[in-house]
Amino acid sequence: MTTTSGEAALFGILATLMVIAALGLLFAKRAVHAAMCVVFVMICLAILYVANEAPFLGIVQVVVYTGAVMMLFLFVLMLVGIDAADSLTETIKGQRWIGIVFGAGLLVVLVSVLASTDLPAAVGLEDANANTNPTGLAKILFGDYVIGMEVIGVLLVTAALAGLVLTHRQRLGARTTQRSMAAERVAALPEGRLLTPLPAPGVYAQNNAMDTPALGPDGQPLEHSVPRVLRIRGQQRTAAEVLGSEETLRSHLGLPAVGTALDDPQIPAIDEPSDHTSTEERD
Amino acid sequence: MQILGLAPWLVGFPLAGALILLVGGRRLDSWGHWLGVLASTASFGAGLALLLDLLAQPTADRVHVYSLGTWIEAGSFTLDAAFRIDPLSLTFVLLVTFVGTLIHIYSVAYMAHDKSRRRFFGYLNLFVASMLLLVLADSYVLLFVGWEGVGLASFLLIGFWDHKIENAVAGKKAFVMNRVGDMGLITAMMLMIWQFGSLSFDDVLSGAPGLQQGAATAIGLMLLLAACGKSAQFPLQAWLGDAMAGPTPVSALIHAATMVTAGVYLLVRSAPILEAAPTAQLVVVIVGAITLLFGAIVGCAKDDIKKALAASTMSQIGYMMLAAGLGPIGYAFAIFHLVTHGFFKAGLFLGAGSVMHAMDDSVDMRRFGGLMKALPWTAATMGLGWLAILGVPPFSGFWSKDKIIEAAFVGEGWRPWVFGLVALIGAGITAFYMSRLFFMTFAGRRRWPVKDGREVTPHESPALMLWPMIILAVGSVALGFVLQLGGGFTTWLEPVTGHVEHHEPVLAVPVIMTLTLVLVALGIWLAFRQYAMSAVPVEAPRSTVLVRAARQDLYQDPVNEGVVMLPGQVLTRTLVYADRAAVDAGFMSLATGVKKAADGLRQAQNGFVRTYAATSLGGLLVVAAIVWALAG
Amino acid sequence: MAVTNYLILAAILFSIGATTVLLRRNAIIVFMGIELMLNATNLAFVTFARIHGDLTGQVLAFFVMVVAAAEVVVGLAIIVTIFRTRRSASVDDVNLLSR
Repeated sequence: MTTTSGEAALFGILATLMVIAALGLLFAKRAVHAAMCVVFVMICLAILYVANEAPFLGIVQVVVYTGAVMMLFLFVLMLVGIDAADSLTETIKGQRWIGIVFGAGLLVVLVSVLASTDLPAAVGLEDANANTNPTGLAKILFGDYVIGMEVIGVLLVTAALAGLVLTHRQRLGARTTQRSMAAERVAALPEGRLLTPLPAPGVYAQNNAMDTPALGPDGQPLEHSVPRVLRIRGQQRTAAEVLGSEETLRSHLGLPAVGTALDDPQIPAIDEPSDHTSTEERD
Repeated sequence: MQILGLAPWLVGFPLAGALILLVGGRRLDSWGHWLGVLASTASFGAGLALLLDLLAQPTADRVHVYSLGTWIEAGSFTLDAAFRIDPLSLTFVLLVTFVGTLIHIYSVAYMAHDKSRRRFFGYLNLFVASMLLLVLADSYVLLFVGWEGVGLASFLLIGFWDHKIENAVAGKKAFVMNRVGDMGLITAMMLMIWQFGSLSFDDVLSGAPGLQQGAATAIGLMLLLAACGKSAQFPLQAWLGDAMAGPTPVSALIHAATMVTAGVYLLVRSAPILEAAPTAQLVVVIVGAITLLFGAIVGCAKDDIKKALAASTMSQIGYMMLAAGLGPIGYAFAIFHLVTHGFFKAGLFLGAGSVMHAMDDSVDMRRFGGLMKALPWTAATMGLGWLAILGVPPFSGFWSKDKIIEAAFVGEGWRPWVFGLVALIGAGITAFYMSRLFFMTFAGRRRWPVKDGREVTPHESPALMLWPMIILAVGSVALGFVLQLGGGFTTWLEPVTGHVEHHEPVLAVPVIMTLTLVLVALGIWLAFRQYAMSAVPVEAPRSTVLVRAARQDLYQDPVNEGVVMLPGQVLTRTLVYADRAAVDAGFMSLATGVKKAADGLRQAQNGFVRTYAATSLGGLLVVAAIVWALAG
Repeated sequence: MAVTNYLILAAILFSIGATTVLLRRNAIIVFMGIELMLNATNLAFVTFARIHGDLTGQVLAFFVMVVAAAEVVVGLAIIVTIFRTRRSASVDDVNLLSR
């Protein structure tokens, strides 16, 4: 039996695309690209199944392979590191040639076997699929192969359990709770750690307050009130700078200097950010 | 036969004694030696009862077999554990238990100061049990058990004072040389099984006359080898001199009176086999003659009183072997001489022990002399033993040894002349060296050793030691005469040795007797002149080549070492070398080859899963190609 | 067009999958090669079912799919575990057996 010309056209197009996609598996540098190629091959296969009078398998192919298996692959790829490009340089001596020769040899053998085999003319599945394809399958599956069916169920459950067991991670320490964190903080007090939340940055009229330290009750700037990132980048402003610009403004406006109003105009210099081990963490 | 039931007890008493003494431990130390004496005495009592019972029966019925039941059963081969009570075995039983009991008593005093006296008595009892088993056995296998038992006891007792390395070495030497003899006995037993399919005396001895010449000779020679090992006969004589390292009672009991005569017993017991093999008989006689002269010559040169006596023992057993080899006319005299020799030689050894006791354990006769007054009883008993071994009438030795000399002159052709003359000359030399021993010890001037600036003061031994010596001396005087009364002893042994018609020697009996006595007198006179009349040097003079050789036991040890030990060692070393160089190296190279091959193959295992995948795919390709080719 | 063409396509896909297993080092890609081989056999099964007019081929393909699904679960779990301990998904790094 020969196929219809429509099917031949479908096969011609799909087969070409599939081989190209499959070769993508062989040559793609990134694993994600390879995975997408395989997804494509699988979908094409589903179409070919339908063309081969196996609509049920076609659907299952899409659901199981494309929907579940390949998504699992992608999931693991994300887990393992999606951006890690696979080096294509061969490390085992001669392995590349061996692989190519064996792959080609396998192809030659298989195709020669097919070519030399005189297959009977295709019977077609019209009779078998008379009661719709799923019904026909179900009769065989739950008839002749019912034990195999049960065994495969057991296998699936076992595999699921195996997946759980293999990826299970043993907890090595006690779980961190709010109570334990509070205890930690209290324990760290002697090292100079603050019990309370860190102070907010200073607020001044002239500038964005995030980069200016707040002033403590004693009038001293609180270094650690500036966010850590700004301090690391060196973008915080010192209190002296802030006061200096205020003085400049006042002189522009002809107002008397603030310093005169204060008993002690000298503002001590703020240390450059260096020793901040105890204050650098800001929850 | 109720009384026959005593036979197992003969062995059982001393065996039980040995077990109790050896297992019992130190709590028996205070009275264990009396238990040993009791066991030996009980055995003697049982033996005496059996003797009286046997004497009450007609001569023809005097051979009994008392079976304890089947011992070995293997296919067609069955063997009973049986005791044979007949005149020959009973003679031995009485000799062993009587002399043994006396020596037990003697040892109580002699070993009084030894810490391991209990162990000593355990060994003595073990010896008595084994010896009785040896003579009572009704088969060669049971005999062999006793044979090995006495060998073990002998080994243990020679090396009794094994804190001295020489003693331990002497024990080992005796043990090893006895093993050579044992090989002979084992081989003889194998040949017997091959020939008769049985090892009991009845089967073997009744079948012996029908034996082929070659087989009979082989068995006879193997039995002779066994006898040579046990009885210290040429060429296995070297161990006896060293065996004197053991305590003197042991030398008296084992290495003079009883065990060393086991070889003679074996040959007399196996008489029918020897009679079927004239060649073997001739070899027995030759061995006896050589040993006779060998021991006599060595005895002349030894200054160690015990070694001189050991050489004498060797020589006297040579007489017995010679008699045993002469055939039926000699058997009874061999046993007769064995019994009398057992008495007077045991007496002489006990006397020597008494002298050593008095002289601070010194054995050098050159340091004795003039002991007659100091040790009158010892001198008297040893004197009687001396006269007995010389064959002076009417002492015991005269009745037994002269008969052997007469028997040696019986026959045709060259043999009677050669063997008779050897026996005759041997008697002369015996007279010389025994007189030398006696005179050097008791006569002449005192040459006593000086210790801490003072001469040792000899003292007579205690009564416990003297009485056994006195009883043995009485035996040395009278036993020979009593036993030969009316041919009593030979008649008594007839159920075993068979009846023998009188044969005329090639020389007239009175002539032989006169010649013997003349030679003996000559020997005594020579010894008297040299060792009693003139002074004996304290240090041995250099002397002639022959004397020096005799002092070295005629170079028996160098000869043994050169002829047997050295080639053996070379052979062993060669074998060891061959084993290492060929066998071991072969296996090692095999192992190395396997390892190298494995290392090579291991290179293929690089651990890369892709390589394994490639291999399996390659395999798949090959299989597919083959299947395709076959299908196509 | 003859139905045999499906079989030839299956052979090609199978060979490409096998070559992938031999040549790629990323464990996940190797795994995908194996999946490709399984799918190729499935295609052959389906085609044979059509040739013989017997649905058993499709049933077997169905079984293969289920087994493949189970295999994927276990295999990926192993890959994840190895990655956790060795920080690598290369099959060449898992060669402890050689030492």
